[in-house]
Amino acid sequence: MFESLLEIGKLVFSVSFILTVITASTPLLIAGAGELVAERSGVLNLGVEGMMIMGAACGFAGAYMSGSIAIGAACGVLAGAASSAIFAALTLGLAVNQVAAGLALTIFGTGLSGLIGRGFVGARIAPAPKLDVPILSDLPGIGPILFGQDAFVYLSIALIVGIWFFLYRTRSGLVLRAVGDNHASAHALGYPVLRIRLLAVLFGGACAGLAGAFLPLAYTPFFIPGMTAGRGWIAVALVVFASWRPGRLVGGAYLFGAVTFLQLSVQALGLGIPPQLMSSLPYLATVVVLVLISAKRGTAGLAAPASLGLVFVPDR
Amino acid sequence: MQLVLEKRPENSALAAVASPLVAIALSLITMAVMFAALGKNPITSLGVYFLDPLTDSYSLGELVVKATPLVMIGIGLSFCYIANIWNIGAEGQFLIGAVAGSWLAVRTNGTGVGPWVFPAMLVLGAVGGALYALIPALCRVRFGASEILTSLMLVYIANFFMDYLVRGPWRDPHGLNFPTTADFDPVATVPILIPGSRVHAGALIALLVVGLGAVLLGRTIMGFEVRLLGAAPKAARFSGFDPDKLVLLTFAISGALAGLAGIIEVAGPVGHLQPDFSPGYGFTAIIVAFLGRLNPVGILIAGLFLALTFIGGENAEIAIKVPLDLTKVFQGVLLFYVLACDSLIIYRIRLLRTRQSRELAHV
Amino acid sequence: MKYRTLIMAAVVALASALPLGVAGVGALAADKLKVGLIYLGPIGDFGWTYQHEVGRQALVKALGDKVETTYLENVNEGPDSERAIEQLARAGNRLIFTTSFGYMDPTIKVASRYPNDFFEHATGFKRAKNVSTYAGRWYEARYIQGVIAAKMSKTGILGYIVSFPIPEVVSGINATMLGAQSVNPNIKVKIIWVNTWFDPGKEADAAKALADQKADVLMQHTDSPAAMQIAAQRNILAFGQDSDMIKFGPKSQLTAIVDNWGPYYIKRANDVLNGTWKSTDTWGGLGSDLVVMAPYTNMPDDVKALAMKTEAAIKAGTLHPFKCPVVTQDGQTVECKGGSHLSDEQILSMNFYVKGVDDKIPGK
Repeated sequence: MFESLLEIGKLVFSVSFILTVITASTPLLIAGAGELVAERSGVLNLGVEGMMIMGAACGFAGAYMSGSIAIGAACGVLAGAASSAIFAALTLGLAVNQVAAGLALTIFGTGLSGLIGRGFVGARIAPAPKLDVPILSDLPGIGPILFGQDAFVYLSIALIVGIWFFLYRTRSGLVLRAVGDNHASAHALGYPVLRIRLLAVLFGGACAGLAGAFLPLAYTPFFIPGMTAGRGWIAVALVVFASWRPGRLVGGAYLFGAVTFLQLSVQALGLGIPPQLMSSLPYLATVVVLVLISAKRGTAGLAAPASLGLVFVPDR
Repeated sequence: MQLVLEKRPENSALAAVASPLVAIALSLITMAVMFAALGKNPITSLGVYFLDPLTDSYSLGELVVKATPLVMIGIGLSFCYIANIWNIGAEGQFLIGAVAGSWLAVRTNGTGVGPWVFPAMLVLGAVGGALYALIPALCRVRFGASEILTSLMLVYIANFFMDYLVRGPWRDPHGLNFPTTADFDPVATVPILIPGSRVHAGALIALLVVGLGAVLLGRTIMGFEVRLLGAAPKAARFSGFDPDKLVLLTFAISGALAGLAGIIEVAGPVGHLQPDFSPGYGFTAIIVAFLGRLNPVGILIAGLFLALTFIGGENAEIAIKVPLDLTKVFQGVLLFYVLACDSLIIYRIRLLRTRQSRELAHV
Repeated sequence: MKYRTLIMAAVVALASALPLGVAGVGALAADKLKVGLIYLGPIGDFGWTYQHEVGRQALVKALGDKVETTYLENVNEGPDSERAIEQLARAGNRLIFTTSFGYMDPTIKVASRYPNDFFEHATGFKRAKNVSTYAGRWYEARYIQGVIAAKMSKTGILGYIVSFPIPEVVSGINATMLGAQSVNPNIKVKIIWVNTWFDPGKEADAAKALADQKADVLMQHTDSPAAMQIAAQRNILAFGQDSDMIKFGPKSQLTAIVDNWGPYYIKRANDVLNGTWKSTDTWGGLGSDLVVMAPYTNMPDDVKALAMKTEAAIKAGTLHPFKCPVVTQDGQTVECKGGSHLSDEQILSMNFYVKGVDDKIPGK
C-alpha cells in the first residue's frame, strides 16, 4: 500500500507528468475562460461543445490548406466566434431561452463540423512548434515546463491573466460584472447591456474556437469527427466549479486534467483498481470539491452572477 | 435606425399559431438550400426526409418507438425547466433507471417468475431514476452547489457504473464473456402493442405521462408553485412556497420519468442491458422539452417531430446518400427557427428612427 | 460519439443447432445487386469504420455496375440499429453487412423477417439460414507483434492501450504476451484502459503515461493514430491498428494490423450474384488475407526475417499463438480443448490473462 502511494507520488511530481497535464488542461482552460466571461455578463452558453468542435474542424482545415498553424488557429477562432454569433442573435436579439439555444448550437456545430471535416480523413499536419529558448528551455525540470510549451499554452495563461485584469482592474470589467449581477440596474444606469453581452458572448465563442483548434493543431495533429469528446461540457462545468473566478478556473482546469491523467498513469502501474472507477474519478472529484467549496460558503453560497441565464429585454 | 425588441402587451395569438408553421417553413427552405448546395434535388430530398416516413406503417411505428422515451423524459424535464431549475443530467437518470429495473430482470432471469416482475421493474426504474436525480437536487439545496455541474457530472458516472455492471457482475454467463446481460425473459419484457411492429406498451405509458403532466402542471397546487417559481421567483418566495422543496420535487419527478423511460427502453426495444444502448435520449429530450414549449401536449408533438427528423435522416442517407451530419445540422437549424419564431409570440420587433432610439436610450 | 470494435466468431454449439441450408434464391437477374452496410462510427475515424468503408469502396471498384452500395454511419447499437438494418432491407438491399458486435440481435431479428435477403454480421456468434458471421483472427497478428516488440524493446516493457475489456481485446493482449515471451520470457506489459473508443486526446495521454513509465514499444487496441504520433514524438516504437499508420510515425511504426475487408465483401457479393451464397462463419486470419500486416519497417533485418518467418509459420498452420500448454496468471494450466492448441471457442470467449501479465481484467 505504502509502496503504491510512493509510486504514485513519484509519478505526480515528475516533469513529464506535469507537462502532460498542462497540455491536457489547456483546451479546458481556454474554453472555460471564454465561457467565464460570457457567464459573468449574465449569459449561459451551453453551446461550448459545438463551438469547440467547429473550431477544431475549421482550424484543422485552415492549417492544412494554408500550411500555417497560425492561420489554422485564426480559422478556429473565427469559426467559434461565428457560431456564437448565431447564439447571440437568438438569445440577445430575440430573447430566446439560453439553455435551449445553447443546446441547439451544440447539435448544429457537431453536425456542421462533421460535414466540414469529411474531406480531411487521414490528413495530418506538423503540430504547433514548441518554444525553444537557448538556455532556459534546457534547464532541468522547470525548463520544459516554463519555456518549452507551444503557443497555445502561453496564450491560455495570458488569457486568464488578461481576463482577471479586465474583470477586476478595469472599469469595463466592472461594468460587465454589473451587467451580469443585475442587468436591470445596469440598464437604468445607462449601460448598453445587450452590446456588452454580445461582446462577451463573441469573446466566449472565439475562445471556444481556439480551444477546439488546439486539439488538432497541437494535441493530436489530425482531425477526427467528434474529437472534442465532451470537453466543451467539462469547460462549462469548470466555470461553475470555479465560482466564476478566473483564478479558480485555472485550479479547476488543471485539477481535472491532473486527475484524468493520473487515473491513466495509475492504471499503468498495475495496481488493479477497476478502470471504470478510475475513469469516474475526475467527475467525482469535481462534484465533491464543488460541494465542499459550496458548503463552506453556506447555503446562500451560489456565487453565480445573479442575472445568469435570465432574459433581458429593455423596457421602453 | 435601430431594431429593438420589445415585449408585447399580451402574447400574440396569431403568432402562437403561426410560429411553428413559419419555423418549419423557414427550416424547409434552409434545408432545400443545403441540399442544393450538396448537389441533390431539394424537392425530392425534402420529400424523402418528411413525407416518406409518414407514408408507410413501418416508419410510423418506428416514429412512435423513437418518440416514446423522448416524450417521457421531456415531460419530466419540463417540470424542472419551467421553474428555471437546470437538470442537465436526464441521461444519467435514464441510465440509472435502466440499471435499477434491470437488476430485477437479471436476478430473476430464467427462474420462471410470474408477470409481477414487469411492473416491479418499472417501479424500480422510476424510483432509481428519482433517487439519482435527488443527488444534484440535494447538493443544490443543502450546499448551494450548482445543479448544472452536478447533474452533468453524474451522467458520466452513471455511464461508467453501468459499464462496470454489464462487464462484471451482470454479464451473461452464456454470452461468451461479452458485455451484455442475458436476454430478459419474455415476462420481463415490454409487451408489444401492434403485432408486426415494434410499437410497445411504452407508448401508452408515454401518453399517460402526457396526460398526467398536463394535470399536474395545470391543475394542482404543486404545478402552480412550479410555474410561479419560474415566472416570478420573488413572488413565489413571498407567498410562502418553499423553493427548496420544489427543487427536490421537480428533480425527483424528472428523474423518475427519465428512469421509467430507461427501463422501458431496455426491457422493450433492446431486450437486455448493454453498454451504449442509449443514443443520448437524455440530451435529445432537453431539446424536445424546449421545442414543445415546456407544455405537455407540445412536448408530445415535438417528440414525434424530432423522431421524424431522425428517421427521415436515415431515409435520406439511404435514398439520396446524404451524410448523417446533415441531419444534425438540420435539427440545429430547426431548433433555431422554432426558438426564434416562438420568441415573436411574446415580443415584437420594431424599427426605431435614430432620434427616437437615442431618446429611449436615455430613459 | 463512442463506438466499439468487437469480434466474435462461431460458437460450436450454435453451429450445430442451425441448419446450414443453401440460402441462395437462385442467381439474380441482370439487375444491380444492392448492398448495404451499417457502420458504428463515422467513416472519418481512420480506424474500424474507415476500414470497412475502404472495403466497401473496393467492392464498388471490383464489381462496378453490378452493385450499388449504401451505408448508414454512426448507427447506435441500441434500438436504432434494428430500424437501420430494416430500412436497408426495405430499400431493396439484398446483401447487408452489419459491422459491430452490438448489432447481433437486431441482425437476427431483421433477417428473420427477410428470409430471401442475406445478412453478414461482423464479430458475432449467432447465425441463421440467411445470416453469416465474419471476423478476423487478429490474435495471430498480435503474436507477431509480440515477437517483434520483445526483440526491439530495450527496456523490456511494452505499453498497451486498450478501450474496453472484451474477449477480442483480452486474447489480443495474451497473444502479444505469448509472442513476446517466446523471445524474452521476462517481458513486461503495462496496460491502460481508456474506456472510450473515441477520444484521440485520451489515447495520446495514455501513450504519454506509458512512455513515462518506460514502455518503449506501444501497441493499441483503439482506433486513432494518436498513440503513434506520441511514439514518434518520444522516439519510441509503436504498432498501428486497423489501418496502416506509417504516415503518422514514419520512424516509429514497426507494422500495423490492417483490417482487409475488401476481398471478403467482394466474394460474398459474388456469391449472391452467382446464387451460391450460404450461411457461413468466416474467421479469417493471416492465411486468408482478412488480416494483413503492414510492411515491416524500422527494424533490423534479422528482426524482419524473424517476423516474416513467424508470419509464414502461422499461415502454414505450423505455429499457433495459443498452443498448449497455456498457463494463466495464477499459474493454472488451461484445459486444452483444441488438440494441440486452444479451441476457437476458448479464444473467442477468452476471459483470463496469461502468466506474466501484471494486471487484473476489469470487471472480473
